[in-house]
Amino acid sequence: MQKNLLSRSVLALALAILTTVSFAETVTVYSARNEQLIKPLFDQYTAETGVEIKILTDKEGPLLARLQAESTNTPADVLITVDAGNLWQASSLGLLKTINSKKLKNNIPAHLRDPKQQWFGLSIRARTMIYNHTLIKVDQLSTYEQLADPSFKDKLCLRTSKKVYNQSLVAMMIAQYGEPKTENIIKGWVNNLATDVFSDDTQLIEAVAAGQCAVGIVNTYYLGRILNKLSAEQQAIYKAKLFWANQKTNGVHVNVSGAGVTRYAKNESGAIKLIEWLSSDKAQSIYADKDLEYPANPKIKANSLVNSWGPFKQNLINMNKAGELQTSAVRLMDRVGYK
Amino acid sequence: MRYLPLRGALYVAPIALLTLIPLGMVLSAFLSPQTDIWMHLSEYVLPDVLKNTFILMLGVSVGVLALGVPLAWFTSICEFPGRKFFSWSLVLPLAMPAYVLAFVHIVLLDFTGPIQTTLRQFIGHFNGFPRIRSTGGVLLILSLSFYPYVYLLARNAFLTQGKQALEAAQILGLSRQQGFWKVALPMARPWLIAGLTLALMETLADFGAVSMFNFDTFTTAIYKSWFSLFNLPAALQLAFILVIFIFALISLEQWGRGTKQYQGRIIATDRIQLRGWHRYLATGLCSLVLIIAFIAPVVQLIIWTATVWYEDFDSRYIGLIIRSVTISLLTACIVATLALILVFIQRRFNQKTTRWLIRIATLGYAVPGSVLAVGIFLPVAWLDNVLIPITHTLGFTGYQVLKGSIAVMLLALVTRFMAVAFQPIDSAMQRISPNQENAARSLGLNQLQMITRLYTPLLRGGILTAVLMCFVDAMKEMPITLMTHPFGWNTLAVRVFELTSEGMWQNAALPSLMIVLTGLIPVIILVVNSEKTTY
Repeated sequence: MQKNLLSRSVLALALAILTTVSFAETVTVYSARNEQLIKPLFDQYTAETGVEIKILTDKEGPLLARLQAESTNTPADVLITVDAGNLWQASSLGLLKTINSKKLKNNIPAHLRDPKQQWFGLSIRARTMIYNHTLIKVDQLSTYEQLADPSFKDKLCLRTSKKVYNQSLVAMMIAQYGEPKTENIIKGWVNNLATDVFSDDTQLIEAVAAGQCAVGIVNTYYLGRILNKLSAEQQAIYKAKLFWANQKTNGVHVNVSGAGVTRYAKNESGAIKLIEWLSSDKAQSIYADKDLEYPANPKIKANSLVNSWGPFKQNLINMNKAGELQTSAVRLMDRVGYK
Repeated sequence: MRYLPLRGALYVAPIALLTLIPLGMVLSAFLSPQTDIWMHLSEYVLPDVLKNTFILMLGVSVGVLALGVPLAWFTSICEFPGRKFFSWSLVLPLAMPAYVLAFVHIVLLDFTGPIQTTLRQFIGHFNGFPRIRSTGGVLLILSLSFYPYVYLLARNAFLTQGKQALEAAQILGLSRQQGFWKVALPMARPWLIAGLTLALMETLADFGAVSMFNFDTFTTAIYKSWFSLFNLPAALQLAFILVIFIFALISLEQWGRGTKQYQGRIIATDRIQLRGWHRYLATGLCSLVLIIAFIAPVVQLIIWTATVWYEDFDSRYIGLIIRSVTISLLTACIVATLALILVFIQRRFNQKTTRWLIRIATLGYAVPGSVLAVGIFLPVAWLDNVLIPITHTLGFTGYQVLKGSIAVMLLALVTRFMAVAFQPIDSAMQRISPNQENAARSLGLNQLQMITRLYTPLLRGGILTAVLMCFVDAMKEMPITLMTHPFGWNTLAVRVFELTSEGMWQNAALPSLMIVLTGLIPVIILVVNSEKTTY
């Protein structure tokens, strides 16, 4: 009897390990986006539709290697990343599938989605300037390119070139101006650095506020996170202020956090429905607000703090370029010694 | 006794395969040459990276020895105020992930940190403070992070060599200081090298802490090729070169050690009473290290936890802790057992091939985490691709057979931490003399009894150290855990990752703190146990 019990429990354990029990419809998501930011949305989706969502988080690199190795046998239906470059890479490795969805095309502007419809941006991450208003006058600022000017010597703070946000920014500059001109601009930036590059946007903003440097380039939601912890009075006297770059020219550089359906998705229709729902009015504000980003769907307003920074003109070059030119951008930054 | 030349290697092979397979996957990347990227890297990236890596190795070696050896000497041989407390608490920094220590100190000490900000209020704008985000800063943080390896192993050495040899040296006319340099240190060599090896492997494979400082090392170049240049083969090629380099270093040391022997006899003796200012020096040094490497970051983590815990803390954490402890404990026990077997085989078959293969089997610790994770995941996924169709014909519907199973997760972690278990047990073995073995044999002990009644009791200190270090290391391990953990089988380390991605470091204070606190438990157990057997 006891032996029987033991062997049964071993069998049950083996079964539990071998199979993933599924009672209702399931969508499996591989995500590089912070779990805390997407889990509440997924919970809401499950409550509304009864569809169970399984999440596996890791960095983009390992997630793509995993999808590649699993090939036709991947359990993943959806891939979520926090930048366009990795979505482009997933698509060019043949890991994504074309999505035919009118809803998604309607909800997401053309420059924020793959021309082949293999992935769609779900939130906008604007990368613009931040300046210390006690050290520099706002009318001294205009474009990213202008920060290469010698008048900004020892005034500029940058984050490391190893961060994909800077790689995308430089990739888009290459798309706009070509390599030689971009190389000169980045060289100018490096010459103007006030201190070693930072490993983090938050540290960079704090350095601007503390007066270690006068101006820097950051994603807006990092400023949002800092301000969100302050009272209204403290916010008003916070010395780091946001400046919308390139408003008179080609617009602010934007990146996306987005999603695609995996090529060998087991639940393709469920995957598309989930991404469509994420692009819908209801989900968009939560998706963006949770991290103080901008909704990709232009019909939806951003969070009130984010809105207080005013409207801005976006650069409309297709985000696909960020991926296509990423390696060129990285090499360029290596060449000019941007660490 | 003479054995067939490959017999020892044959016994090692099954264990070595765990490492050989992922290393083979990494090596296979050379099948697709990446000339273009190599030209770019060698012109613009590698020169700096090689220089930095060299500085890092040298600096961290000096740092961990300069911290670990004196602290171990004071707490194991001398007597001074607070010795008992320090002897266990100085292990605690082991439980603090290096990237957490780096982050906390950058936040505290950088231009925008509370210290410099406060000072600026008195003296106005001033930019001349020593910068924490500098080469010196990296060396300091990594040394403070990794000295416990040297400390723990040096303690084992000093505790087992007894004072007898020192006293003999004094009778022969050496001063106490000369005795330390000429007798105690040389007798501890295998332990010091073992601790140093672990610290260096960890340093070379580190990505989290060095990237906080934006300090470019060989490992950051590996990740640059993979994540930024989208070139996994080039990343694997670089990783393989790193592994070969470490293998060469280990071999060189082994060769340098030659046929020296390190046996000791353990006799209960009195501690050296430190007197006068020496006592305060010992207490002061111990306190300083403990404060910088452990207390300050823990206090900072507690402060952050106080501001964010309510957003995240709920009943899930019970599960997270249970799973973390289970996995780490299992890993530690399995890896210590396997390491013990390796040590036995090495002792029994003292052959070159055996030693080489064992050294290869312990290389998993030197491979940057995510690279090893991929090296392990690829063959598992390949096997799964073969097995899944078979399970489907049997009526199963899932798309995971081996991957996402606890067994694979454990094997992967074992591969990673083999060195951490092998080094302390291997050095402990050095203290057992052939005389003891012969005596045991002549008393009629068979092979199994030799293991249970001679080796294991004498190796106890080494085994406990191995289990402790593996447990604590497994608790904080991230890339392999992320790659291999079963769906929903999240651990504290997974939670840290989920919360910290995108620079939200403070949000992860709660799970980080729990990793540190859980790491306390085995530390205390180990120390209570080792104190009991303090000779």
